[in-house]
Amino acid sequence: MSNHVAIGFIAVGVIFDLLGCLGLIRLPDVYNRLQAATKSVTLGTCMVLFGVFLEFGFTAGGAKALLCILFILLTSPTSAHALARGSHISGFKLWEGSVMDKLEEDKGE
Amino acid sequence: MKNRLTQFITYFIFWMLLTWSINIQDVSAGVVVSLIAIALTRDLFPEEMAKFLSPVRFLWAVLYLIYLIYYIILANFDVAYRVIHPALPIRPGIVKVKTGLKSEMARTMLANSITLTPGTLSVDVNGEDYYIHWINIMTDDPEEQRRIIISRFEWMLRRVFE
Repeated sequence: MSNHVAIGFIAVGVIFDLLGCLGLIRLPDVYNRLQAATKSVTLGTCMVLFGVFLEFGFTAGGAKALLCILFILLTSPTSAHALARGSHISGFKLWEGSVMDKLEEDKGE
Repeated sequence: MKNRLTQFITYFIFWMLLTWSINIQDVSAGVVVSLIAIALTRDLFPEEMAKFLSPVRFLWAVLYLIYLIYYIILANFDVAYRVIHPALPIRPGIVKVKTGLKSEMARTMLANSITLTPGTLSVDVNGEDYYIHWINIMTDDPEEQRRIIISRFEWMLRRVFE
């Protein structure tokens, strides 16, 4: 039984990862792409790891999977933040359909 | 001293979870490795972690994690909808919002949470100003933006860290 639930979690996780990749291709500009990549890949990968935890239970492997979930939750948004900030500082413009850029306005002051 | 103790407890718990065996060799190796790690990362460890020695804050942190996971799942359906929709319904831009949080760690967690929740990505933080890339700007009113982006986490982070 828990085996099926685990496989379900892994399958749904992979679907979310796939959607994240689709977002990388379809969305314009680096910032929008980061949005899709961070969110989907965080949840997708966490679900895969949670599936691994369900499969192995509280054993050496399962505990490591849980720890990895914690680390991904902490590091993935941080790296997205670093990439976005770096791109903005090195002058990557927002997509032309963008509505506003308060950061650019404040930089000029 | 309290900081070092928190640091030791954190590292030791991580070590125990990673090795996942309780015998005298592994535990004593864990003590030694934790002490070495403390010596190496004294200045990197956030001092505010000592606050988690209090059970109430710890409980709030766990509640916060559950609350965050709910928003992460929402965020994914949001991304999925935008990516699959043929017309690509986005209206992106960078907005500026202010936070009332004072503690450094609370601000860090807020920035991380913003990145993981529907449609928003923190690009830069300058004191209490957050510059946030929003994939679908719903309103041009700064107060309203603040309410949508920040308020849902702020009250909880205040209980965890302040």
